[in-house]
Amino acid sequence: MPEELIKFSHFGFQYNAQAAPTLYDIDLTVHAGEKILIAGPSGCGKSTLAHCINGLIPFNYPGTATGSLTIRGKETREMNIFDISKVVGTVLQDLDGQFIGLTVGEDIAFALENDEVPQDEMRRRVRETAERVTIADHLDHAPDELSGGQKQRVSMAGIMVDDVDVFLFDEPLANLDPATGKRAIEIIDQIQKDTGAAVLIIEHRLEDVLWRDVDRIVLMGEGRILADLAPDELLCGGYLAEHGIREPLYLTALRYAGVTVTPDMLPHSIRTLRLSEAQKRQVRAWHQAQRPAPPPAPQPPVLQARDIDFCYDNGFHALKGITTDIHRGELMAIVGTNGAGKSTFSKVVCGFEKPQRGTLTLDGQDMAGLSIKERADRIGYVMQNPNQMISKAFIFDEVAFGLRLRGVPEDEVKARVEETLRICGLYPMRNWPVSAVSYGQKKRVTIAAILVLEPQILILDEPTAGQDFKHYTEIMEFLRSLHDQGITVVMITHDMHLMLEYAQRAVVFSGGQIIADDTSANILTSPDIIARANLKETSLYDLALCCGIGEPGAFVQRFIDHDREVRGQ
Amino acid sequence: MTGLFNYIPRQSPIHAMTGAAKLVCMLTWTMAAMITFDTRYLLLLTLSALVLFRVSGIKFREVKVLIAFSAVFMVLNNVLIYLFAPEYGVELYGARTELVHFIGRYGITAQQLLYHANVILKYTVTIPMVLLFVSTTQPSEFAASLNRIGVSYRIAYSVSLALRYIPDILKEYHDISQAQQARGVELTSKENLFKRLKNASAILLPLILSSLERIEVVSTAMELRCFGKRSKRTWYRAQAFAAGDYAIMAAGGALVCISFLLIYLNGGRLWNPFV
Repeated sequence: MPEELIKFSHFGFQYNAQAAPTLYDIDLTVHAGEKILIAGPSGCGKSTLAHCINGLIPFNYPGTATGSLTIRGKETREMNIFDISKVVGTVLQDLDGQFIGLTVGEDIAFALENDEVPQDEMRRRVRETAERVTIADHLDHAPDELSGGQKQRVSMAGIMVDDVDVFLFDEPLANLDPATGKRAIEIIDQIQKDTGAAVLIIEHRLEDVLWRDVDRIVLMGEGRILADLAPDELLCGGYLAEHGIREPLYLTALRYAGVTVTPDMLPHSIRTLRLSEAQKRQVRAWHQAQRPAPPPAPQPPVLQARDIDFCYDNGFHALKGITTDIHRGELMAIVGTNGAGKSTFSKVVCGFEKPQRGTLTLDGQDMAGLSIKERADRIGYVMQNPNQMISKAFIFDEVAFGLRLRGVPEDEVKARVEETLRICGLYPMRNWPVSAVSYGQKKRVTIAAILVLEPQILILDEPTAGQDFKHYTEIMEFLRSLHDQGITVVMITHDMHLMLEYAQRAVVFSGGQIIADDTSANILTSPDIIARANLKETSLYDLALCCGIGEPGAFVQRFIDHDREVRGQ
Repeated sequence: MTGLFNYIPRQSPIHAMTGAAKLVCMLTWTMAAMITFDTRYLLLLTLSALVLFRVSGIKFREVKVLIAFSAVFMVLNNVLIYLFAPEYGVELYGARTELVHFIGRYGITAQQLLYHANVILKYTVTIPMVLLFVSTTQPSEFAASLNRIGVSYRIAYSVSLALRYIPDILKEYHDISQAQQARGVELTSKENLFKRLKNASAILLPLILSSLERIEVVSTAMELRCFGKRSKRTWYRAQAFAAGDYAIMAAGGALVCISFLLIYLNGGRLWNPFV
């Protein structure tokens, strides 16, 4: 039996600032060389569990622990955070925040510097480690010269250089585009095989992590471990839907088709899934029985971009001849990698940047002469991080801010703010301080603060970044309800589920150009566009191919339509 | 962020020296210039500074922002001296040779001119050296140098961290300010000054909150990688001293000695050609 690296027994933890424990009765053992996925909705205690493992609890976040937690046979309460970090290396979620050094080389060397490793040895070890994560060509690069995937590899190298026994990844996929995320999962797998270390991945995107095999999935909820099973068994047990984790889409599709999934079918990945001929027939029959929903009636364009060209001061040519229409009452997505031009496009639309060429018209009126403020009366822009937008202490004042700045009389402000807060489900909290509400609610506050200005178009940058399935669904259903009330909603995103489930239409940016403009189902089933835009084909596509369905795009579309119906009930 | 406090990579003997030696040299050089009021010596140092600048291969237009910034200060400094003490040179040098007379106590005297020349020279001696140090030393080597001359590594590292995160925070400021402008916050001259200051708080609050969030992440990340574990640390970017480094530090020391020697020879900090 391999060594027990981490062992929780009857472990519980309560933060000093909280009235009830966050973890109850945890029993969990991690052996050398194991790969474990820890999943669970927000607030289930998985981050707290991670902090106990890497030593941030109790050293940074004080509280009371009960039971026992040992790392390599030693009680953690007898260790300090530095001892623990020699065994457990952590890669945090925030790719920029954890990049400490001014260059790649320095960042990888950071732990060695702190250990007074002599410079010759340090340089050698940094180079070796950088080679293992294929970043050695970039040792002198600053973080802003790197992509998200590269930054993550630097972070991995920064802990590998210390020869740790356990790699702990805190939501490694949260800030990556789909293709880069897929690659990250491959690299994590590679590192584990090379180093023989144990790997713990905390992530709620189950399907994406399962792109490479894991030994066990630990499912958490409300501070307890609900299941600790091999993936194949967990996926068949119906645990996921029950606890607010999204199950892999191909499994949902099989369920709709009436196929009973059992562990011996190896359902943990679409690559390994075994379907009998009868089961494939069942899926085909389901596909044929579904009536395709009629395409939405065409609406007149509200925003028209014609041949927009934009170049930043530093010479980066971000937009090259962008021509597209956004139609009235549409719910659409703009997708593409970082640097593809999607954010720049929204900045040009909002008037933050002035294009060198091309025209933008709103309801047929040329927007060139409109200031940022004038545009904002008609086009609302919501930033990704709500903390970057909130400038008042109380929810009511925050939502009222834009109206007051526009000199609207106070009684009208009150009426409009209250009306908006009702739409956004925030009315009962109107007198609360912003700091008292959750991240998802803050996001709603920022949307309300824009909505109150009654824009025709709402542009949202990554509306669901960092949200678990439950909050994701909440935010997206809210946006859909706004859309149902006639507001045009444009979402900038690289979340493929979001695109597939909510956007009727997706415009794909790549290298400053639009390379596709189609339904999301068609885009996520065309390999060429997927490759160019750093997307990933949906597993439904593979399922369609595996079952011999000749029109995968149609299959995906029917699945989404059906899923919407089922979930709507 | 170009043109402000930044490293400009080149191949030059000055770039090749260690940061710590350059830091010592810059500090002693500045000290020498602060001590003396000997115009001849200041002139010589200015010329040497310009020669060193030439050697480094750094172009003046690459550091024009900082040059313009210090030029503004230099002019302001001189104007203020003249306005408040137009006869200070006369007092200092104990002689009065009036060249032009304007009105009341304002005129031009040779002594005042020489005094202003000294003030200007102090800028021209030190500014090129500071620029030279900043643009030929990698910021992280700068942190290592501070640590080497005795500054605690925790403080030295905070300098490096500030340099690391300033560009991020500037970008964030830019994004927040755009989003707030879209909500109707007016920051241009269309609004009066009081309103503008009030509006600026709409950007500062979110900026401060998100910076605090950032600090939390950074300090956690640093702790998880053992920052602060030992009383000393090594530096990836530090360089060992070579002969040239000892030479320039010795030269810096010699310059300070010359300043003191001149005090002795001139019978004071001043070189006085008027007596």
